Amino acid sequence: MSAGENGDSAGRINGIKSALRVIPNFPKPGIMFQDITTLLLDPKAFKDTIDLFVERYKHEIISVIAGIEARGFIFGPPIALAIGAKFVPLRKPKKLPGEVISEKYILEYGSDCLEMHVGAVESGDRALIVDDLIATGGTLCAAMNLLERAGAEVVECACVIEVPELKGRERLRSHGKPLYVLVESQFLKGTLMATESQEEEEKMLMGKSISRVEVKNRLRQSFASFIDLN
Amino acid sequence: MSAGEKDGSVDRINGIKSTLRVVPDFPKPGILFLDITTLLLDPKAFKDTIDLFVERYKQRDISVVAGIEARGFMFGPAIALAIGAKFVPLRKPKKLPGEVISEKYVLEYGTDCLEMHLGAVEPGERALVVDDLVATGGTLCAAMNLLERAGAVVVECACVIEVPELKGRERLRLHGKPLYVLIESRFEPTSC
Repeated sequence: MSAGENGDSAGRINGIKSALRVIPNFPKPGIMFQDITTLLLDPKAFKDTIDLFVERYKHEIISVIAGIEARGFIFGPPIALAIGAKFVPLRKPKKLPGEVISEKYILEYGSDCLEMHVGAVESGDRALIVDDLIATGGTLCAAMNLLERAGAEVVECACVIEVPELKGRERLRSHGKPLYVLVESQFLKGTLMATESQEEEEKMLMGKSISRVEVKNRLRQSFASFIDLN
Repeated sequence: MSAGEKDGSVDRINGIKSTLRVVPDFPKPGILFLDITTLLLDPKAFKDTIDLFVERYKQRDISVVAGIEARGFMFGPAIALAIGAKFVPLRKPKKLPGEVISEKYVLEYGTDCLEMHLGAVEPGERALVVDDLVATGGTLCAAMNLLERAGAVVVECACVIEVPELKGRERLRLHGKPLYVLIESRFEPTSC
């Protein structure tokens, strides 16, 4: 589900969307990076962002908000404070002091790892996972695994922005979990046009007969691995 | 100045202090690490923490709250939202997309660097710098430099915890800026 289906939210969503900015070629050429920092510079839009999440979750008996390092730390705590839930930071390796559980997850090239404190979450806790953006859903799935291993029930994943082409929603659906976002971003449309020549180059470099669809998919996957940038 | 001097704050401060935990030998042997994550697990204590800062700053015309990556992100935004200020993340190198200004600072061994977006802060803005803990004050000074280079006035630095032995307060005083903390933590001497 996306917000904006309720007429009352539509004005706030438009304000939030207009506060976002796209940075081309970050962190690498061809990537259109969705930057939320400009949203944080707009007190009304930032407040509306938090309010929209709080309105959705305040009656859902959520006891834990888990935020993914580092931009999930910006949105998660205000939501937790407003609904009276615990806030649990999910961090890159070796940042959390004391005993942790770790969840490894696969990127296109190599792997990454997310950690949570032992004892932060208890059996029976109902959890919401928060991050600024969902791309492939790989990080969110690692987060869900950590919470479930600790005995919590993940109620939903919530992000400000979704990049639909990267199919994170589908990935969460195969994990059995719903996703709620405020804004959808159309980042790949513009990029794919610019990379038509990249496709030709890739075909030549690969030196074998390979379908155009497969080339597109490989390019999409390599973009996705850049986007899982916390 | 530390909180706790007024009635009403004392109980809240005690509650906050009781939620903190010390993790020995992290990140290295001999270090007693002050962990705020247990504070975040206590909704009342976390709310009290934010409220104490908001009560102090809401009438001070602060237009920017700058939070230092990553634990400053856990406290800064909630304060910014409550007082109607912008939130500006100050980050390690290469995390912020687009144009940034960088401030290098010296650690005991080597250097580190903090970055802020160009245009996030405008000349004349009144800023608060927020982090979970002040030790030597090196990172806070780098943060203040970034804000001042962009033309802002740093009103104060605010942290949950101060480690007095590491003299961050004195370092900030040399920079001409006050420090406000909720809790002072005094280490017991370690034998290592």
